[in-house]
Amino acid sequence: MKALKTITNGIFKENPTLRLVLGTCPTLAITTSTTNVLGMGVAATFVLVMSNMIISLLRKQIPDKVRIPAYITIIAGFVSIVEMIMKAFLPELDKALGIYIPLIVVNCIILVRAELFASKNNVFYSALDGIGMGLGFTLALLLIASFREILGNGTWFGMNVTRGAIDPAMIMILPPGGFIAFGTVVAIINKFSVVKVRKTGCAACTMGCPTNCSKEVEA
Amino acid sequence: MVEIIVLLMSAILVENFVLMQFLGICPFLGVSNKLSTAIGMSGAVIFVMTIASFFTKLVYDLLLVRFGLEYLKTIAFILVIAALVQFVEIILKRFIPPLYKALGIYLPIITTNCAVLGAALINIQREYSLLNSVVYGFGAGVGFMVAMVLFAGVRERLEHCDIPESFKGLPITMIAAALVSIGFFGFKGLGG
Repeated sequence: MKALKTITNGIFKENPTLRLVLGTCPTLAITTSTTNVLGMGVAATFVLVMSNMIISLLRKQIPDKVRIPAYITIIAGFVSIVEMIMKAFLPELDKALGIYIPLIVVNCIILVRAELFASKNNVFYSALDGIGMGLGFTLALLLIASFREILGNGTWFGMNVTRGAIDPAMIMILPPGGFIAFGTVVAIINKFSVVKVRKTGCAACTMGCPTNCSKEVEA
Repeated sequence: MVEIIVLLMSAILVENFVLMQFLGICPFLGVSNKLSTAIGMSGAVIFVMTIASFFTKLVYDLLLVRFGLEYLKTIAFILVIAALVQFVEIILKRFIPPLYKALGIYLPIITTNCAVLGAALINIQREYSLLNSVVYGFGAGVGFMVAMVLFAGVRERLEHCDIPESFKGLPITMIAAALVSIGFFGFKGLGG
């Protein structure tokens, strides 16, 4: 029961993208097409699960003072593995995602989960938490990307879904469209849920925030 | 000389890190609600980005390429940046206290700022020379500042607006960012 709860926690209650507003950079940058999102989602989930497991195993060995650099090194190691695998087997996806694959290293979601969950729980639950968070991240990005790809290009996973019924609005797949889509999706979720997302960004930094950062907390 | 100016302008305006490439969004949303903090934060980013571009390029050319370890660049860069930020903090604290006072609190969170690592990776990807890397890093930092300062103004206005309940907070900030980003499209084509 607790196992199931750990997984669904990442998908709904603490959805990293839509509820905690972490890892906004890839959310905005690669949601231009749903295919990209799948690649990014699998890569990030792999890194999340593996780094959560290793950090959980080493949680008693890593001295408290150097834990953040240690976490970053572990995460960077797995990101490099993903990078090399992608280059070798999926060169086209690698080109489409570009520098956002190595930038998974600084994706706040992974560091935050290491700090808040993996460093306090055993391997089994840490792995489940990684899966849950990874799924939550992928689903949220898929939602935003569907919104952008259908409106901006008339396609979904490359299939023509609008059949020319509406003119594609180019702006949705350009950078401003990323901001519009993300903002609108969060607003729609706010409309239909009790807990409002008010936070802006800085829940992101695990290393202490400048002064008035976290003033706007969930209502 | 012309080449360097073009590179600088394109890093600041055409390829604006925040509004065009979505790098460094977290601090952009987190600390842009007051003009003074926006300037402090972006000052620290310019500073670290310029130095980090220089050192990551050096490490890549002198260590990684020489020993055929290019695939380790992600790990190497993040460690170089983390060490550099610590080092800069210590140096500033010891030798230039006023600057430390202004930038100090923003320095630690810059390590996990994807703009710094992003600049380092772009420099390598585009095979910039050492000088061009530093110019690009500096330009990207200035671009970050331009976006932060512009947006801080927009957000100070937003505070006094009557916004629909479900759009309050993050959503309206995003919509405003989209409008600023559309403005930056005007620079497309500048500098070829």
